Amino acid sequence: MPSDFDTSDCYTIPGKLALPYTYFAGRVGSRFITTLRDRHKIMGVRCDHCDMVLVPPRQTCERCLRDLSDQWCEVGTRGEVVNYTVVRYPDRHQPRPVPFVLAMIRLEGADTPIVHLLEEIAPEQVVIGMAVEAVFAVKTTATIRDIDHFKPCDS
Amino acid sequence: MKKNRNVGIIGVGQSVYSSHREEVNQPEMINEAVVEALESAGLTIDDVDCIVHGNMELFEMVHQPDLWHTLGTGALGKESLRVTTGGTTGATLVAAADHLVASGLHDVVLAIGFEKLQEGHTTGGITNMADPLWGRQLQTGALTGMTAAQMIEEFGEERAKKVAMKYRILMDQHAMKNHKAHRRLGLSPDQADELMENSPQLVGELRMIHMCSQSDGACAMVFASEEKATALCDQPAWIKDHVTAHREEMFCIFGDAPVLSTHRYAARKLYQRCGITNPREEIDLFEMYDPSSWWGSDWLREFLLLEGDEHLKMIENDEIAMDGAFPVNPSGGVIASNPIGATAMVRVAEAALQIMGRAGEHQVPKTVNQALASGFGGTMWTVLTLLTRQVPW
Repeated sequence: MPSDFDTSDCYTIPGKLALPYTYFAGRVGSRFITTLRDRHKIMGVRCDHCDMVLVPPRQTCERCLRDLSDQWCEVGTRGEVVNYTVVRYPDRHQPRPVPFVLAMIRLEGADTPIVHLLEEIAPEQVVIGMAVEAVFAVKTTATIRDIDHFKPCDS
Repeated sequence: MKKNRNVGIIGVGQSVYSSHREEVNQPEMINEAVVEALESAGLTIDDVDCIVHGNMELFEMVHQPDLWHTLGTGALGKESLRVTTGGTTGATLVAAADHLVASGLHDVVLAIGFEKLQEGHTTGGITNMADPLWGRQLQTGALTGMTAAQMIEEFGEERAKKVAMKYRILMDQHAMKNHKAHRRLGLSPDQADELMENSPQLVGELRMIHMCSQSDGACAMVFASEEKATALCDQPAWIKDHVTAHREEMFCIFGDAPVLSTHRYAARKLYQRCGITNPREEIDLFEMYDPSSWWGSDWLREFLLLEGDEHLKMIENDEIAMDGAFPVNPSGGVIASNPIGATAMVRVAEAALQIMGRAGEHQVPKTVNQALASGFGGTMWTVLTLLTRQVPW
């Protein structure tokens, strides 16, 4: 690799983009968040055609495109780890100091997993198939972080 | 020009256009247009081979929206493609879908354009178009008063201002007949003088009343091969041709390159290829991407290859009204509704609806055999699309 480029008197322009945004969560997403916030319950939607309970809930089933917006069902606040990874590089956009565990968790009664933080366990002790339960945040932010994290529990 | 096979538009769907759609998220809003397009084509998502998706880069501050919009688009397991060419995105989506079907790669393609402008920061996104060394610290976004100044210089202040305001009021009268349009103000001609004086000035004589809206909305269209289109649809709108032309700004538009309007260039090329010698007579209707009523008025001259003040007369004598000899934007146009990634597609969709006879209350009172649609974006990017009632090639 050449490394002898002449960069004397070469000017670089420092820049910064400001791109503020607001996301309209929609009726389905809004009901999921308000139910989580106000009642500490996790809601999914059921697609009878595909015989699946989908969490996170969505207006349409991506498999058959049917409207599921009134097919609500409650799923458990406990579930099992179906996969996980350990985040080891620090960055200011990370939700936690490293190392921390991001796990895919399939809640009781759901057919699809959600991604969340898995804590109160050392990363090397996490195993696929282990039982976990939601720990709700003390203070609401009306986001998915109203579940503060998941922790191991008895199966 | 040689086309491998003909392509017909057989379905059109549009969400309602509005300044705010708080009750739906992006995939939900897109799904409204997709459901209507599939219903209008008499198809289900299983009949679609490929999805083409597009919007403006950076406008909602989202990356790869086509992937998570799958919930609304139905793209799961299908071939798909994302197109993002700025303001012209919607027209480029049509061009891409046309190519995908004409080439023989797919028989049925669903193209989707969307924007939720209220969720992002439009000027912040647009400003990043400019070269970081020469333009970015000077760039102000999409508003410009140049055309108003040029028209006032060429035709005098009174006539130019009257024409721009008449164009604006005509477009609003059209929008009043389109229940999906965003801004339906109910303007009447006797308000013209008051609006010309009192509407807030944006840049020079470009005033708030002249300028297009910022809208949320989605448009979806179904394209099919000639064999499928003929079997599935009584009257498809056929794609005869389309031409794309654009120019870089810092070294080209503002530089010392010869001044040539991309609109006029694209129009000349399109008419030449399609054997059109008198566009005003041979084309029955025009859906123009008119970001302001100054641009809409001025650009008529470019698109129709007119000279002098012919374009002003067309506005002054109501020729461009819905029941005029050369109807422009029976939908109300971009001044009424502007969900940017969908906007240029809506022009083609509305032209197609007029050919198909499915425009409802804003259907023009004559048979539309040949319709023109334009797309516009930065910098001086033009896409012109010609649709026909008869199978073209």
